[in-house]
Amino acid sequence: MSEGIGASVLRKEDKKFLTGKGRYTDDINRSGQTHAYFVRSDVAHANIKSIDTKAASAASGVVAVYTGEDVAADGIGGPICGWVVPCRDGSPTKEPPHPILANGKVRYVGDHVAVVIAETLAQAKSAAELVEVEFEELPAVVDLESASSSAEIHKEVPDNCYFDWELGDEASTDKALESASRVVKLQVKNNRLVPNAMEPRAALAEYDDVSESYTLHTTSQNPQLTRLVIAAFMFQIPESKLRVVAPDVGGGFGSKIYVYAEEAVCTWASKKINRPIKWTADRTQAFLSDAHGRDHINNVQLALDDNNKIIGLRVDTICNLGSYLSAFAVSVPTYLHGTLLSGVYDIPAIYTNVKGMATTTAPVDAYRGAGRPEATYLLERTMDAAAREVGMDPTEFRRLNFIPKDAFPYQTQVALQYDTGDYEPQLDQAMEMIDYKNFENRRSEAAKRGMYRGIGVSTYIEACGIAPSAVAGALGSRVGLYESASVRVDPTGTITVFTGAHSHGQGHATTFAQIVSEKLGVPLANVDLIHGDSEKNSFGMGTYGSRSLAVGGAALVKALDKVIEKSKKIAAHLMEASVEDVEFNEGKFAIAGTDKEKAFGEIALAAYVPHNYPHETLEPGLEESAFYDPLNFTYPSGAHIAEVEVDPATGVVEVVDWAACDDFGNLINPMIVEGQVHGGIAQGIGQALLENAHYDENGQLLTASYMDYCMPRADDLPSFKVGYTNTPCTHNDLGVKGCGEAGAIASPPAIINAVIDALSPLGITDMSMPATPLKVWKAIQDSQSVAAE
Amino acid sequence: MEIKNSYELPLSKERVWAALNDEEFLKRSIPWCEKLERRSETELAAEVKLKIGPMSTRFTGNITLSDIDPPNGYTITGSGKGGIAGAASGSAKVKLLENKDASSTTLSYEVSAQVKGKIAQLGSRLIQSTAKKLSKNFFGSFVKQLEDMDKPQ
Repeated sequence: MSEGIGASVLRKEDKKFLTGKGRYTDDINRSGQTHAYFVRSDVAHANIKSIDTKAASAASGVVAVYTGEDVAADGIGGPICGWVVPCRDGSPTKEPPHPILANGKVRYVGDHVAVVIAETLAQAKSAAELVEVEFEELPAVVDLESASSSAEIHKEVPDNCYFDWELGDEASTDKALESASRVVKLQVKNNRLVPNAMEPRAALAEYDDVSESYTLHTTSQNPQLTRLVIAAFMFQIPESKLRVVAPDVGGGFGSKIYVYAEEAVCTWASKKINRPIKWTADRTQAFLSDAHGRDHINNVQLALDDNNKIIGLRVDTICNLGSYLSAFAVSVPTYLHGTLLSGVYDIPAIYTNVKGMATTTAPVDAYRGAGRPEATYLLERTMDAAAREVGMDPTEFRRLNFIPKDAFPYQTQVALQYDTGDYEPQLDQAMEMIDYKNFENRRSEAAKRGMYRGIGVSTYIEACGIAPSAVAGALGSRVGLYESASVRVDPTGTITVFTGAHSHGQGHATTFAQIVSEKLGVPLANVDLIHGDSEKNSFGMGTYGSRSLAVGGAALVKALDKVIEKSKKIAAHLMEASVEDVEFNEGKFAIAGTDKEKAFGEIALAAYVPHNYPHETLEPGLEESAFYDPLNFTYPSGAHIAEVEVDPATGVVEVVDWAACDDFGNLINPMIVEGQVHGGIAQGIGQALLENAHYDENGQLLTASYMDYCMPRADDLPSFKVGYTNTPCTHNDLGVKGCGEAGAIASPPAIINAVIDALSPLGITDMSMPATPLKVWKAIQDSQSVAAE
Repeated sequence: MEIKNSYELPLSKERVWAALNDEEFLKRSIPWCEKLERRSETELAAEVKLKIGPMSTRFTGNITLSDIDPPNGYTITGSGKGGIAGAASGSAKVKLLENKDASSTTLSYEVSAQVKGKIAQLGSRLIQSTAKKLSKNFFGSFVKQLEDMDKPQ
């Protein structure tokens, strides 16, 4: 059986993980290692009047206690904002300072006030209790809608508004709304989520006073970028004096893209005490200080003509970005959100305004899907609301408005150009998979059991494979978004691939090896992958935005092409033929029209044992690198259909069936792709039914443990039916689009649409996320009391 | 967070009021109270050990009495620090109302409380039930002590 592209080979990395042999940051220990514990603010918003560290410093086992003053005295800067946008009035995004230890003020519960470093973690924790902080409390800013008229959080951010941004043509959109025969209006809220990677964030920082360099092992999705930011922007030291390693990382979902205070503080302090420092977040700290996700309020107006064709869309959004601007916080609700508002629909006029607000809550940034789930949710909820208003089946209303397949490449009214896609077949296939046409029978059968059964559709598109650097740069990104790959062939023909992408659950060791196996005809076992170490890997941008394969895989193909090109020259020399006559197939270099051939291993040996070698035209060795910058985003799309049953006695929503038909372009490993789809849908079900990060009016996070923050578990999920269509990406060599975020993007509106459909016999037309049993039960009770009046 | 409750005590209003102002008596009525010292007419220092959900914490703090209207009631305002578990602050309006037969008194209180830090993160939804349990214990032992004092020795 082939081990190459398209084969569902088992994951190379699983033996390690399944036998407990994974090596995570917290598993690594150094002699002389100390432990850090952070004193965090327990109030949402306050001036710091004083910090007394005397008792803590004198406590047993304490090595050092540092505060914001110490950081400032050393001139250490804060994390930077990686993407900014211009405001409607021409002013820039407001970027307030983000000190790694609070300097004079705290702005959310969990904000870092001081660090205690001790011989043991227990000693650090005990001493942290002795740090006396006197706060002068200020009003908390929690409610998003009133944030602009609430207490000032940063003096650099007037009205607590980081930016007020727009995209699209307001005049033509408002004209469409005025001339419409019907305007569908809807307000939706995208609930705030905590990312909850299985492995909490951790750091092991060391300083070597001989080489005068730092090494930081940390839980990062992009160690090279972490190195750049800490070295060049925060510490202002030569970049080469910091090595950042992200070893095995147990999930990220976006939350491990950014440089956080803790990692930087430990790195800085490791030099001050000249000893290694270990820090690992406990789960409560993760809840408090990992960047949260979502938290939007969207006001949507959809204009329809007499024939129920969409003629315009206006979306006014306010989003909660929290107390400080996290690295990509600005891009998420703007260019990763506003640009997706056309969805899979042909919409001639679109306008969106987004206000990014500061509140005294944890920073908010990218979380699986990052902006695209919010766009999909508001659009797909609106599509259902519109279908209901005009009395059409939601699938028919969508079909009527799909971008036709002969319209590609399709230029949307919100900046993006979709290269390829075909939306009807994926909807057809999903409907077939879930037996849509017989749904009413199932609804009637459920009704006999006293249950309300509903079906909900979501036809989504996303832009991933982030990103063409030129486009990202033009839109406000301060980084490029290419990827690097190197292929090192050993003398015996075994191969090591170095990638700038980072695997923290995606299975790169397998999929990248499959690409090598396909291209070079070598067995999968002969290919190893090295990633996550700034000392070993070329500069790369890491893994997020479903980019590893579409960008990093494409870079790998370019490097492999260079290997093949050089190998052909070696083969031509060895077989005394011209390069043009060398053909490479299934691991063999053959001279066309002859029976002469050399195996790939023979070429590798010749490259490293160059006894008979074309030295005059070729260098010895076989090792090639490539950087790849994509020409466009990739545009995965699909149709997800959820079927739910609601128990009116308890309000519990059970997801009873699921059909997903996605177009990810070509698949490298369908088994891994299916796993990504399952995981994404599970997270979407979590958002739609269970998860909600809740701050009380004083800015206290009340959902900071699994007692109060409900994660999806196996018994919350149905068995998923997963299928595919394929319109290969037109602009990368693999024809791939990316699959990591699709499930989380597609699924929340499918569930809520299904819940509303289930409850539609009661006259219920709205439901907010998460649709908890209490909320659903109350809605049912209210509808019955209305009916009784 | 708001907590409201009332108790009917089989005692005269004056008796209840006197007991409510006797810190030694109060201390004996609060099994989880480790220290209660009067600092002035209106100020007390307290140390209590409490278990809220998964957390067992010692709070130290100050209590201030205001709106003192003998024997009809007062307002207790306090704040306590529980170290790494966070902090709590709040006030309670305590009112005494003599019942018709003059031999019993209704004590009602309205608490408004704020919790911070770990208590909020881990225990906020347990606070109502914890407060209910604690006040039930308190008034139980409050009444029992007064009754014991009335018994012939």
